[in-house]
Amino acid sequence: MIFSLAIYAAPYSSQASDSAYRFALALLENGHTLYRVFFYQDGVHTASSLSTPPQDDIHFTQNWQTLAKKHNIDLVVCIAAALKRGLLNQQEATRYDKPAFNLAEGFEISGLGQLVDAAVMSDRLITFGG
Amino acid sequence: MNKAPAKKLLFISRHAPYGSSLAKDALDAVLASSAYDQQLSLLFMDDGVFQLLSNQSSTEIAQKSFSSILPVLPLYEINSIYVHYESLEKRQITINELVLDSVQIIDSAAICSLLAQQDQLLSF
Repeated sequence: MIFSLAIYAAPYSSQASDSAYRFALALLENGHTLYRVFFYQDGVHTASSLSTPPQDDIHFTQNWQTLAKKHNIDLVVCIAAALKRGLLNQQEATRYDKPAFNLAEGFEISGLGQLVDAAVMSDRLITFGG
Repeated sequence: MNKAPAKKLLFISRHAPYGSSLAKDALDAVLASSAYDQQLSLLFMDDGVFQLLSNQSSTEIAQKSFSSILPVLPLYEINSIYVHYESLEKRQITINELVLDSVQIIDSAAICSLLAQQDQLLSF
């Protein structure tokens, strides 16, 4: 079965963020496909390359990067939600004349159309947070 | 966007306006989705029914008013708009207080079949 996840929850603030990751692991272990993870609302903070948790805490950004690389998963961050929260890729930083960008490798910034596409192309779309 | 047959997508908005961004983000997602030729519907339930109240004066908190945003839905050809009857009743909101007049008020039993007809549920 083809799954996609929509993550609204900020990392560390609620259990939903970790549940989403664990759900992704479980579905992949059971032979399903993860088509896309769409980060919306405060979920966009998951994609910050500056995220620096203490060593004994979960590193969500790294976890998703590793998983995405291994299973070829699309990690998409909503552009409107990201930009207003200060999460930018190099292109957007240049466009808005900002001194830095902080989108972690393996994530891409795109529009809400990618959420609709995920809903259309997947058998199941599961929402975490909100 | 990949080519695929149109799917039935139901957006469920269950939170009050303004207190969190969920209600506004749900609307943004619905409006953005209208460009992709899918069969869209929108359901307001629980505290989400507060979004439908007319005459909201949200300018005092520097927010766009839902009573001015919601009437654009038909312009985006989003015409299947449902409101949960029991959620209205619990909050003592009457139909003539709603900003949209083209909504379908449905009870819990009807919501069960509405959900069952969908390909995907997008929950906000």
